[in-house]
Amino acid sequence: MKHRVLMGACLVAQALAVPIGQAADNATSAAASNISGTRYHAADAPSATPVVYLGNINPVMDQESYFHGIMNELEGRYAPGGTDFRWDGEAWYGSDYNKVWLKTEGTLERGRLHDGDHELLYSRSISPYFNLQGGVRADIDDGPTRTWGAFGVQGLALYQFEVQATAYVSDRGRFAARLEGSYDFLLTNRLILQPQAEFNLYTKSDAGRQVGAGLSDVDAGLRLRYELWRKFAPYVAVTYSGYLTQARRIVHDQGGETGTVRFTMGIRSWF
Amino acid sequence: MFSSSRLRGGLTRRRFVTGMGAGGLMAALPHPARSATAALPAGLIPAEPSATWDLRVGRTHIEIDRKALNAPCVGGTVPGPVLRWRQGDTVVVNVTNTLRHEDTSIHWHGIRLPSDMDGVPGLSFTGIKPGETFTYRFRLHQSGTYWYHSHSGMQEAQGLYGAVVIDPIHPDPNACERDYVILLSEWTDVSPMDMINNLKMQDDYYVFRQRTAASFPKEAREAGSAMAALKDRLAWSRMRMAATDISDVTGVIYTYLMNGHAPDINWNGLFRPGERVRLRFINGSSMTFFDIRIPGLEMLVVQADGNDVEPVPVDEFRIGVAETYDVIVQPKEDRAYTIFAQSEDRTGYARGTLAPRAGMAGPVPPMDPRPVRTMIDMGMGNMKPGESMKDMQMPGGDMPGMDMSHMHHTMPPLEVDDPGPPPINVENQNVAMMPVDRLGSPGDGLEQNGRRVLNYKQLRATRPGADPRPPSREIILHLTGNMERYIWGFNGRKFSESGPIRLKKGERVRFTLINDTMMEHPIHLHGLWSELENGQGDYRPYKHTLISQPGSRMSYLVTADVPGVWAYHCHLMLHMDLGMFRTVIVE
Repeated sequence: MKHRVLMGACLVAQALAVPIGQAADNATSAAASNISGTRYHAADAPSATPVVYLGNINPVMDQESYFHGIMNELEGRYAPGGTDFRWDGEAWYGSDYNKVWLKTEGTLERGRLHDGDHELLYSRSISPYFNLQGGVRADIDDGPTRTWGAFGVQGLALYQFEVQATAYVSDRGRFAARLEGSYDFLLTNRLILQPQAEFNLYTKSDAGRQVGAGLSDVDAGLRLRYELWRKFAPYVAVTYSGYLTQARRIVHDQGGETGTVRFTMGIRSWF
Repeated sequence: MFSSSRLRGGLTRRRFVTGMGAGGLMAALPHPARSATAALPAGLIPAEPSATWDLRVGRTHIEIDRKALNAPCVGGTVPGPVLRWRQGDTVVVNVTNTLRHEDTSIHWHGIRLPSDMDGVPGLSFTGIKPGETFTYRFRLHQSGTYWYHSHSGMQEAQGLYGAVVIDPIHPDPNACERDYVILLSEWTDVSPMDMINNLKMQDDYYVFRQRTAASFPKEAREAGSAMAALKDRLAWSRMRMAATDISDVTGVIYTYLMNGHAPDINWNGLFRPGERVRLRFINGSSMTFFDIRIPGLEMLVVQADGNDVEPVPVDEFRIGVAETYDVIVQPKEDRAYTIFAQSEDRTGYARGTLAPRAGMAGPVPPMDPRPVRTMIDMGMGNMKPGESMKDMQMPGGDMPGMDMSHMHHTMPPLEVDDPGPPPINVENQNVAMMPVDRLGSPGDGLEQNGRRVLNYKQLRATRPGADPRPPSREIILHLTGNMERYIWGFNGRKFSESGPIRLKKGERVRFTLINDTMMEHPIHLHGLWSELENGQGDYRPYKHTLISQPGSRMSYLVTADVPGVWAYHCHLMLHMDLGMFRTVIVE
């Protein structure tokens, strides 16, 4: 039944008028009724026909989309043999529930780009702190290119750990996984110590990309940043990048460095 | 006492006003007495009430505390002019929108009127287009202190607000020799859209008072041991929340204003020693609660939200966003008294001076320590951090502190709309397991501070309520939100995912609010009174805006006597805009 709510000489708001006693949009409402008349029913439950607002003016703006990006790592890693340059960042656009994510990371090592990993994901909010993410990953750098399907979770775990866990399946039927985590220790309100680690696992080795079966590589850092502004924080860090188990042998045989600890300086910034 | 050389700048707000200039000032005058109001200093109430007003809304370049803004405002000033009306009159307010590209509106906060005069775009009317004039016309059934503000976009947060004073028809029992409006608000050059953007990315973007390694020794001392302090920290960390989460937007970007004056400009109100001075406090800010005191003076609270209450002598009171309180003070000494309004999170204050002579400045007290949230705010009753429901010793019968408001009435409501505990979902991060009655608490940070601080239980109307009927229906609503994602709502849903709350015309309804969030929310129902059930029997205080304290349960009665579509929302502007908003349809 449609009612017209007439308000003065003004325009008209159309609203579906459900008699209050009959609203039964919740299957449990009838069963849960008791003597005192309690109905387990929200007075503001979504109505079958939404209210049409005058001039189609929405009184609030709770469905906007937002665009943000953060460069978590943008840093030089110093070593006597040469300085590596590394970035790790992500950007997203979308609403509270649905977003498009772009993640990118890579290391420039003696003029060669490696560990270049770029992901385009759809992200769906599923709980107060977690998002499900699915999409594609492309390993694009100076090594052979690989493409993967990606599926994972990202969010804020108990005790405020930032975590990402993603599983990948490649076009060649291989599987891989990545675990990332970080934590912010506030030394003061602007001086923040952040341990961070990223682990990569693969089901099969891929010597062309210095990948070994099992736990293949780790990239970790202990970064001390100072938030000059919220969105701009220079940092100093100790970082470690290394290969493990089978990958370690592969890299060793190729004559590469199997693991190095480096003094690092960089900038964390976001918009 | 401070000498005037301490005052930085010393420029008054009006000197910065450019652009609209005199035209803007001329634009906000009552018909009969144009010249009388033109030079009225901030805080002064026009000498006579007027039934007809012409208001012009435009943007004016205003700089306060080195923060420049092209502010949307009425008549070229922030705040806009004080409108003085008279109970029983039919007021006519012509509002002309001189903004170039944006609609505007004026909502008469707390005024009972036909819903098409309420000024909410989309609900009451379609807004006022650029170049257009809208004529508000309504009869005044009430008297007291109120305010007006835009309900369009974010104009209210940037300066489009002002005070309303309505003279009672009968002699005013609270008439005083001096009568000032004290309108508190915020000023910043950061746009509200930027604030939302930042908060969506980082919920504590504006908070620089977190617990840190550096503050740990102090916490350990206060908690008695390092272990206790650590346990408390871990409990909060486990919940992924911060005990230091008091205000979302803080003094880091805000300058707090008293009648449009920054603290160092020092708004002055004059008195002669021995005179009674009425101060009409209005919280016209968009995100800030203030704790107000006048060191050296006892304040007699005589009115809340425009309605007279039995006088309560206090040293201090908290005013939520959009609330009003009238207090009477009687300074006897020939000296300056500071009106001190510190923000709830203690990141700044608004300040002015009551003085026997212009230009005086009273001493400014230091700010109190900032409040820290406890498990009570989380809705865990009196549980210790880390303790679970299972560990609680359940006493026989009712739990202590649980709300018994429905017991005050012999006749239970016939029907209860109870949504049950809200879901933990994307839009809600907490459920108050044991919401308690906090009406007797002055609020976080004010308990046991050695001063007499007003609480809601003390508010007693001077006359019995107009509608003696018990409610025939109870509507339970949970206030919910996810600070991390910065989403707000009721019952775990934001506005766009919810339907209207429908009331039958003439229906008597009890609203029960359970606050599952850890923040205060000033809940405002347009068009209808909210009669707070605070144990004062038939002398319930009539309010238009009620603070729901974190982890609390609170009830009030509403008579749905005016048909139409009304807004119902949290008056923290960013909470409202991000979903803590509903429509109430009286049909």
